Amino acid sequence: MSKQFVSINGLCARIDDGEAHKEILRGVDLEIPAGEVHAIMGPNGSGKSTLSYVLAGREDYEVTGGTATFKGQDLLALEPEERAALGLFLAFQTPVELPGVNNANFLRTAVNAVRRARGMDELDAVAFLKAVRKETKHLSMSDEMLKRNVNVGFSGGEKKRNEVLQMRMLQPSFAILDETDSGLDIDALRIVAEGVNSLRSPDFSALVITHHQRLLDYIVPDRIHVMAKGRIIHSGGPELARQLEAQGYAQFLSEAA
Amino acid sequence: MPAVAETRKTVETLGQNTYKWGFETDIEMDIAPKGLNEDTIRLISSRKNEPQWLLEWRLKAYRSWLEMREPTWAKVHYPPIDYQDVHYYAAPRKKPGPKSLEEVDPELLRTYEKLGIPLHEQAMLAGVELPEGEEARPPVAVDAVFDSVSVATTFRKTLQEAGVIFCPISEAVQEHPELVRKYLGSVVPVTDNFYAALNAAVFTDGSFVFVPKGVRCPMELSTYFRINARNTGQFERTLIIVEDGASVSYLEGCTAPMRDENQLHAAVVELVAMEDASIKYSTVQNWYPGDENGKGGIYNFVTKRGACRGARSKISWTQVETGSAITWKYPSCILQGEGSVGEFYSVAVTNNHQQADTGTKMIHIGRNTRSTIIAKTISAGQSDSTYRGLVRMMPKAAGSRNFTQCDSLLIGDRCGAHTVPYIENRNMSARVEHEATTSKISEDQLFYCRQRGLSEEDAVGLIVNGFCKDVLKELPMEFAVEAQKLLQISLEGSVG
Ligand SMILES: Nc1ncnc2c1ncn2[C@@H]1O[C@H](COP(=O)(O)OP(=O)(O)O)[C@@H](O)[C@H]1O
Ligand SMILES: [Mg+2]
Repeated sequence: MSKQFVSINGLCARIDDGEAHKEILRGVDLEIPAGEVHAIMGPNGSGKSTLSYVLAGREDYEVTGGTATFKGQDLLALEPEERAALGLFLAFQTPVELPGVNNANFLRTAVNAVRRARGMDELDAVAFLKAVRKETKHLSMSDEMLKRNVNVGFSGGEKKRNEVLQMRMLQPSFAILDETDSGLDIDALRIVAEGVNSLRSPDFSALVITHHQRLLDYIVPDRIHVMAKGRIIHSGGPELARQLEAQGYAQFLSEAA
Repeated sequence: MPAVAETRKTVETLGQNTYKWGFETDIEMDIAPKGLNEDTIRLISSRKNEPQWLLEWRLKAYRSWLEMREPTWAKVHYPPIDYQDVHYYAAPRKKPGPKSLEEVDPELLRTYEKLGIPLHEQAMLAGVELPEGEEARPPVAVDAVFDSVSVATTFRKTLQEAGVIFCPISEAVQEHPELVRKYLGSVVPVTDNFYAALNAAVFTDGSFVFVPKGVRCPMELSTYFRINARNTGQFERTLIIVEDGASVSYLEGCTAPMRDENQLHAAVVELVAMEDASIKYSTVQNWYPGDENGKGGIYNFVTKRGACRGARSKISWTQVETGSAITWKYPSCILQGEGSVGEFYSVAVTNNHQQADTGTKMIHIGRNTRSTIIAKTISAGQSDSTYRGLVRMMPKAAGSRNFTQCDSLLIGDRCGAHTVPYIENRNMSARVEHEATTSKISEDQLFYCRQRGLSEEDAVGLIVNGFCKDVLKELPMEFAVEAQKLLQISLEGSVG
């Protein structure tokens, strides 16, 4: 068994919704071996984004049971930035705007924070610029986007590409992409998919959350999981995507009930 | 290494979470007995060997102060100050006003070194090989004011050659009495307000700058104010005169030791800009703010005012206010000359129990005068911050313009931020624009940054610096770096 293994067992999480507790994750089981790309599909509100937030360490959610380990470490015991340093990256479904914070400066600060934590040398301005230019070219992004403030005034597609840019610069070993394909036209989709595919290696795993089989034509997953009501209710090979596209989630939902 | 680079380095090596400038210097002091009366003033005046007119001027100020009341309109709260329980004069023993660095107490020099202000003059750096990563920067002339007395001024010779006078004001009283007499109190009259009158009565030192016609001051001028003695009020007086077509950039930094009791600071700064003259006045105010429970800290009641007397003159105030338990401060511009320009760029940060009531006054008197106000207020902890600004268009200010932008950023939910704009427009063709926003650092933003590997504190620093960018870019480069660090240090422990 590889140390890259992502292992989630019986994970339960809830949120304080004013007075009442709202259970969102109700026992998620998921194993992602090193080097594999898995996809999660499922109806809106089933807890996909919540799972990604809980794995990344968002404090609003209270973990009430279960475990999650990454590279043999108890993920849930770490601060969000420690998880990032360990190699976890989350491409947000809704990337956050940081007014007044220059995109390039943000990226460089993040890259160097992570490099420091990983015991690597920091990149100086020149080395950083070289590295980032290579990536923006790869992603067909204009350099002008680096001069703008983080996600401020970005179109939906630009925000998603910016997430992929960050992912590539931060060199994660486990990336979660939460509906990164939503709002992308077919060309952008291909570029983003290529941005993920070219990272594929025995040291890189990914969890791709999507509604669309279309993305999975480009990023062909090793396994697909169906999530509903806070659980993984079905898993299968890449062929499952087409089946879901044709028949919807209904069959699994009734099975699960 | 250039002076400022060294200062920056000192700031960079600062650790975490407490006020880093809180040390005390053990030095022999010449201290006047506590209390304020005519004798105290006579004592100060005679210690300084002042001419009769200045003593009369002080006494006049004192007598009007007796008739005045402490203002209560600002949104700050503090127990009554006992003005008789304060020392009004404290000077390092030895000769007042040393003439060269050799005469300065070595203990003092060590203090300034700790503060990152090398006083030893260095050769002009032009052409000198710099260590890798160091950019060439013009040197900065420093005037250091320790408690009430100016102890050393650097680069005098270079400045002298350019015709610039930069010296302690007490020395200017001796050496250039005609200039001092002409301009002292001409922008802030002795009766202007309670604290200004008090300052006029008891001020002991400060900086004096005179830039003659057509001269661009060849380097940044900088004053570092340091309060050290216990129970001592600090009352500096700064006077800057810039003649026709001349210009100067002046920086001011302030620190004080950590003490349980509050200390009083009431400075006056007067600027005079003649035709086509420009003055850039930058402050990084970092007086001791008190501890996290609100004990101790400096009470900072300051009157700063600039007169744009000549046509097309320009006065620009930039301030980064992170220190003091209480800040009461409204750097202002009197835009008298036709086409003159006033600017106010401010970042005010309050944390823990700090209170700040700060802003500006732009008084448009002449035609086609313009002013810009950009005020950024950041509140954290249980602190309270108010922007208070006045824009007045006088009847003759035809075609004049003001633009004001006030933004508040709240960190946590126990702090307060308030914006109090006063607008008086008495000219139909003058235009006043005001914009204001309030925002909070959101959990979403913090989590996003942390997911990218930033610590919570670095995330706050990044967001705060982004918020303040429009102001920080107005600071001279070296100061901007220092200010950024300071902002972050001031806000440490403010989240989570
Ligand atoms: N911060 C929150 N506050 C309240 N309810 C939440 C919060 N986050 C998620 N939920 C609820 O949890 C459920 C799952 O949401 P989410 O994880 O976003 O689902 P998905 O990504 O699968 O669409 C939804 O009912 C959503 O409304
Ligand atoms: Mg979602």
